[in-house]
Amino acid sequence: MVSVYSPGRHGLRTKLSGLTAKGRKWRINAGSDPVIKQRAISGPVPWVIAIMTALTVIAAAGGLALGSIAAAAGDELQGGVTVQIAGPPEAEAARQAQAVAALLADDPEIRALRRLDRDERAALIAPWLGDAGFDGEDADDNLLVLPELVEVQLTGEAGEDVLADLRSRVEAVAPDALVSADTSWLAPVGRAIEALQWLALSLVGLLALATLAAVLLASRSALNANRQVIELMHLLGAQDRQVAELFQRAAAVGAGVGGAAGFAVALAVVSGLAGRFEALGPGQSAAGLNPLHWAVLALIPIMVTLLAAVTARLTVLATLRRMV
Amino acid sequence: MQASSSVEGFAGSGGISGSGPMGPRRSGSNAREAIVRFENVGLRYGTEREVLSDVSFQLHKGRFYFLTGPSGAGKTSLLKLLYLAQSPSRGAISLFGEDAVAMDRAARPALRRRIGVVFQDFRLVGHLTVYDNIALPLRLAGVPEEEMAGPVDDMIDWVGLGHARDARPETLSGGEQQRVAIARAVITRPDLLVADEPTGNVDPDMAIRLLKLFSAMNRLGTTVVLATHDMSLMERQKDASVMRLVRGRLDDPTGALRNPPWSWGGSSREDWA
Ligand SMILES: Nc1ncnc2c1ncn2[C@@H]1O[C@H](COP(=O)(O)OP(=O)(O)OP(=O)(O)O)[C@@H](O)[C@H]1O
Ligand SMILES: [Mg+2]
Repeated sequence: MVSVYSPGRHGLRTKLSGLTAKGRKWRINAGSDPVIKQRAISGPVPWVIAIMTALTVIAAAGGLALGSIAAAAGDELQGGVTVQIAGPPEAEAARQAQAVAALLADDPEIRALRRLDRDERAALIAPWLGDAGFDGEDADDNLLVLPELVEVQLTGEAGEDVLADLRSRVEAVAPDALVSADTSWLAPVGRAIEALQWLALSLVGLLALATLAAVLLASRSALNANRQVIELMHLLGAQDRQVAELFQRAAAVGAGVGGAAGFAVALAVVSGLAGRFEALGPGQSAAGLNPLHWAVLALIPIMVTLLAAVTARLTVLATLRRMV
Repeated sequence: MQASSSVEGFAGSGGISGSGPMGPRRSGSNAREAIVRFENVGLRYGTEREVLSDVSFQLHKGRFYFLTGPSGAGKTSLLKLLYLAQSPSRGAISLFGEDAVAMDRAARPALRRRIGVVFQDFRLVGHLTVYDNIALPLRLAGVPEEEMAGPVDDMIDWVGLGHARDARPETLSGGEQQRVAIARAVITRPDLLVADEPTGNVDPDMAIRLLKLFSAMNRLGTTVVLATHDMSLMERQKDASVMRLVRGRLDDPTGALRNPPWSWGGSSREDWA
C-alpha cells in the first residue's frame, strides 16, 4: 500500500506556499457528515424494529413473569397433598376424615398433617358461596354439607407413584376421599404459561426475521439509490470494507434507535401492567420480574442491533463484489 | 500482461510512444519509467461500435500530457480506463507496473489511491461541505483529522474558495465546483493526476492559475494527464506532450506525437483545437 499522505510528504504546502493565502488559522473539522446519510441507508428500519421489539419484549416479559410466579407458587405447594371428603353426610365425612388422620399420623413419609376445622373450611368456600349457608352451629341447619379437608405435607415430592400409594391406603379407610397433589391445581396454569413462552419465543424469531428482511431491503435500495456516490468512493480509493462499514454503522444506529424506543415502550407497558397486578393483591412484586429478567429482556434490542449491523455488512459486501 | 516496461526503444524524447512490443524493464528507477502502458486497447460500451480502437501508448513518470481531440472522440473513455472506472474490451493495460485488466478487485483501491481524478462532471457529494468533499480521499485513506485540517484548508484557499469552506456544492458556481473537484483530486499528492477538461468552466485567469497548480504538482513528480480543448493552455505548458484522439484512435500511433504540435512548424494551432 502506498501511503497516500503524510505531513512530511505533503511538500505541496511548503513548496506552493508562495501561492498560498497566508495567515490562515487551521481549523479541525469536528465530526463531519458521512458520505451517505445515515437516514438514507436505514430507511424504515428503525420503525419496523421499534414495533417488533416492543411486541417481543412485552410478550417475553409476560412469559418470564408468569413463569416465575408459577415457579414460586409451585415451590410453596411442593409436597403438599389435600385429602378431601365430600359427598357423605357430615357425620360420616367427619368419621372418614378422622380415620385418614389416624392412618397417616405415624407415616414416616409424612412431615405434617392437619385436619382443617369447620371455620377454616367455611372461610375457604366463602368467596364463592358467601357464609350464608354455613353459619348455623348445628350441622343439620345448613343447606350444604361442608367437605372435610385434611392437609398433608409429604417429606418428599408428591410424585405420581407416591400419590397412587397414598390414594389406595386412604381409600381403604375412607371410601369417599379424594386425594390430590396441590401442584395439580397449577397444571392448567403451567400449560398456559408454556404456550405464552412459546409465543414469546416465536416472536423473538419473527423479530429476527423482520430485522433481517428490513435491513436487507433497506441496504439494497440504499445501494441502488447511492450507486453514484459508492462508485465515487471506489474511484477515490475506498475498499469495499469501507463502504460496508458506512452501511453497517447506519444500520446499527437505525436498529439501535428503533430497538431502544421499542424497549422503552415495552418497559412502560410492562410496568403499567405490573402495577395493575400488584393492585389485585399482595404477593408477587413487579409482576414477578427481577433484575435478571430485565437484563435478559434488554438483550433483545441489543441482539437486534448486532443482527442489523451484520446483515447490512454482508448485503453490501455481496452486492459490491459485482461492481467495478 | 506482465508488469514490465521499457522506455528504451520507444522513448525518444520521452513522450508518447507508439505501439510496439513491450520489452523487459530496465532495472532500477528511471526518470523515464513508464507508469502507464496501453497496448492495442479497445473499448466498446455494450454492443455498440468500438469507442476506442487499437490504442497503444506509454506514459512516463513525471511528465505532463495533454489529451485532446474533438468532442465524442473518446477522451473521457480513455481516461476512465486510466483511472480504473472501466475495463477495456480488449488489449492490455498496465498501471504502475501492474496488470490493470486481470487485477484482483481487492487490489484496485491501493492503485486508485495513487491516482487523482478530476471528473468532467465533477462528482461532488451534494450534502457534504466543500471542506468535506476535499477531505474525502484523505478520510478514505485513513488520515487523522488533525493532520488533514491544515493541508485541506490551504488547498481551499489556494483554489480561491476560502469564503466557501462550509458551503455545499449546489450553492457554488460551475467554476467553483470545478475547483473543488480539482482540490479533491490533488489533495492526496497522487502519483498520477488525471483531469478531464478541468478548466472548462473557469475564466482564463483561473485556468492559468489552475494550470500552475498542475504544473507545480508535475514538478514535484506527479505525472499529469489533462484532457482539454484549450489551445492557450497547451501552449503555456511548453514541456508537455500531446495525445490526440480522433474517432477513438490515437491520431499518430507511429510515435510522431511528441511535444506541442505547433512547435513543429507546418500545422497551424487551429488544426489542433
Ligand atoms: N457509458 C456510455 N455508454 C455508451 N456510450 C458511451 C458511454 N460513454 C461514452 N459513450 C460514447 O462514447 C463516445 C466517446 O465518448 P467520450 O465521452 O469518451 O468522448 P469525449 O472525447 O470525452 O467527448 P467530450 O469532449 O465531449 O467530453 C461517444 O460517442 C459517446 O456517445
Ligand atoms: Mg469527455
